[in-house]
Amino acid sequence: MVLDWLTGKDIPQFWKQYLAHFDKEEQNGPKRYIVFDTETTGLDWKDDVILSIGAISVINDEIKVGDFFEAFLKQDVFNPENAILTGILKEGKEEKIIEAEAIIRFLDFIKDAILVGHNINFDVEMINQALKRLNLGKLKNVMLDVDVMYQKFKNLPEDKHHNLDELCDIFKIKKSDRHTASGDAYIIALLFLKLKRKLKL
Amino acid sequence: MKNPIAERIADFLKHYPPFTSLTYQELVAISEHISVKYLEKHQILFKVGDATHSDFYVVANGAIGLSVISDAEEFLIDKCDEGDILGLRPFFAKNNYLMTAKAREESIVYAIPIAVFQPYVANNTNVQNFLLESFASNTRNPYDKDHRGKLISENIIFDEQSATDIQYFQPIKYTKNPITASSSDIIKHIAQTMSNSRIGSVIIHDNQLPIGIITDKDLRSKIATGLFSIDTTADKIMSSPVITVPENISIAEAQMMMLKHNVGHLCVTRDGTEKSPATGIITEHDIVAAQANNPGILLKLTRRATRSKELKAVRDKLTDLIQNSIDKNIPITHITSVAAEINIALTKRAIDLAIEKMETPPPTRFAWFNLGSQGRKEQLLLTDVDNILIFEDVEAERYDDVKQYFLQLADKVIETLEKIGYEPCPQGLMANNELWCKSLTDWIKQYNTWINTPGEKGINLSTIFFDYDLIYGDVSFENSLTESIFNSTDNNQLFYAFLGTNAIKKPAPLGFFRQFLLEQDEEHKDAFDIKNRAIMPLVDAARVLTISRGIKGITNTYQRFKKLADMEEQNSDLYLECAEAFNTLTWFRTDEGLQNNSNGGYINMQELSKVDKVKLKNCFQPINDIQDLIKNRFQLTYFT
Repeated sequence: MVLDWLTGKDIPQFWKQYLAHFDKEEQNGPKRYIVFDTETTGLDWKDDVILSIGAISVINDEIKVGDFFEAFLKQDVFNPENAILTGILKEGKEEKIIEAEAIIRFLDFIKDAILVGHNINFDVEMINQALKRLNLGKLKNVMLDVDVMYQKFKNLPEDKHHNLDELCDIFKIKKSDRHTASGDAYIIALLFLKLKRKLKL
Repeated sequence: MKNPIAERIADFLKHYPPFTSLTYQELVAISEHISVKYLEKHQILFKVGDATHSDFYVVANGAIGLSVISDAEEFLIDKCDEGDILGLRPFFAKNNYLMTAKAREESIVYAIPIAVFQPYVANNTNVQNFLLESFASNTRNPYDKDHRGKLISENIIFDEQSATDIQYFQPIKYTKNPITASSSDIIKHIAQTMSNSRIGSVIIHDNQLPIGIITDKDLRSKIATGLFSIDTTADKIMSSPVITVPENISIAEAQMMMLKHNVGHLCVTRDGTEKSPATGIITEHDIVAAQANNPGILLKLTRRATRSKELKAVRDKLTDLIQNSIDKNIPITHITSVAAEINIALTKRAIDLAIEKMETPPPTRFAWFNLGSQGRKEQLLLTDVDNILIFEDVEAERYDDVKQYFLQLADKVIETLEKIGYEPCPQGLMANNELWCKSLTDWIKQYNTWINTPGEKGINLSTIFFDYDLIYGDVSFENSLTESIFNSTDNNQLFYAFLGTNAIKKPAPLGFFRQFLLEQDEEHKDAFDIKNRAIMPLVDAARVLTISRGIKGITNTYQRFKKLADMEEQNSDLYLECAEAFNTLTWFRTDEGLQNNSNGGYINMQELSKVDKVKLKNCFQPINDIQDLIKNRFQLTYFT
């Protein structure tokens, strides 16, 4: 950041605002967690792009249904196979916005919340790539991964991974609405509530 | 922005009442305010006594148990599964939760803010009806024995059957021909009228048509605060317009109207509009009374009763309440203490009413004591009543007149008690008997005679005279009596020996082969005399032991044993066993009495299950042991 400033490059307002959330003094209020998921054109973070983002907050061990975010992105890279799986067609019904707009809204929504996801490194990397395309830095938020939380809960080795379907089966969570970003975000949120309780976070 | 998660929740809710009555858009709008909670097994959602939450709950999956907690034990009352609603109390009452909601398995619940849902209740009759019906279906219909066991709960479970045949949809009872005033009347006069007639509201009329209402609240908020002076006219402070309803409105409708308009009083008019004369007034109290089966309300009803018929209704409801509680396995100590409070209130009210009926006020101060099972606060069935009256010492020349007055008064009280359903004492051990209605000095003499020269006949009478409970009058009467008794009994070995002998007269009811000792006489052949063979020995044992230890002020057998356990560590196990045995026996007797509408004195052994027989038998060892203890302590070996 300091470098950007030295080179005299303009820092966009939304990014300043986003960063400002992290400068604040330690807050006393309840922690806000944002559980989120992205649907993408593929699994290669270099070439693939985000199709949609879904996110929902958890405060005080409760999922706040109204504290919700969803965005569908206009895309140039389009993979028909993927569209069948995720249900997002190139000219789908949802209002679509350009990637930059989606990122701006997303940052405004998450603020300094703790981010929660499944294989969250991938989702965060996808966002970071999008930020990079805007010539901005990486996400600053603290992150939690439900897969890692489950490993800790069961004392499993680090290379023992469970996909979302497996975790849903283990925790008896109904798998309706899988493969939409917001549907998955909600499922991960339920998983998170359970794991949070078990790990006494 | 669309919210698919809210839509998903709305998709779930739409299958369950009362949400079935709302549109999909409304459900989505509600869902956007929902919080989703996860409960681990055994995690508590809310506890008895907790302040009500701002949300009510819908079980999304899992199961939540509703229970009452009593004496550190939990009694499950209801279970809510997927789609069931719980925690509705804040809709209807401002007080704290009456139950504990605890996850019976891992559960997800939706928390819906009441503030968000309230408008849908007010604007949608179906939702309103559902909530009211559900609230009502938890209110037991006292006339329908098959629906017993539904105490007012936090919970609602939709059950069409019970919702249709409830008393809730019967016309409500209300005050007819209400007191009215005209709009030009002075507030001070209206307040005087209200206070004299003991009413909380007055309808303001204009040419017979109701135009407003003045309630206690108006007087409090507008007069007492100094906003208006007390010589203002009624029209300045009345609440207007008054909410009017037709005659023959049901309890449900009345409650709905109050909920909808947020008022505590409804004015009944001939055609239901404010264009016809007022014929009555419905208050929140009428609604509560109509669905009352909780102890607090029974107490209130007792205090307000003006006729023995109303008192009888309370006692009948108490029987229902006891039956309910027995069915629900609520601890017997809890039931007895509630029943005792109501029994006391009934006797008190009977005395109040009798005084009102006398032509002159009492010539001197007096006190009324209940004796026997009522005196021990352990009467659950409508068995006989024993009581005495003590009046203040008066000059010798007035004595006869005073005594005559109180005998008459006692006559009236006992007449009322009989109307309520209590049986008079067959031995005439009641305050209308001239032997048992006398001055304090005479009573102290009487007790001294019993204590110091306990003849066989004397002792038989005196045992229950030592279980007395002050019902009416000044506590100084009780203190003087107790003081005098304990002075005479202190270290009085002779007296203890007689009380002790009385306590071991009936040995523990087990035969040589550990079989039950059953009755041989015709009437009760092969029945077990639980009163005389099991309960009375414990009552008698508790009495002699507490009196000999100088324990004052405790007459309840269970409490006496508990107290003894505290005082004598070496015997505390035995005392606690006795306390438990007493509760178990009381439970058996009450259950028997309620089933057969009898005094529960005899248990028919053929009707007992094997488990119950074992339970009953387990009570006998402590009886045997406590009798041994009494024999040793008071050196009674030679007497028996």
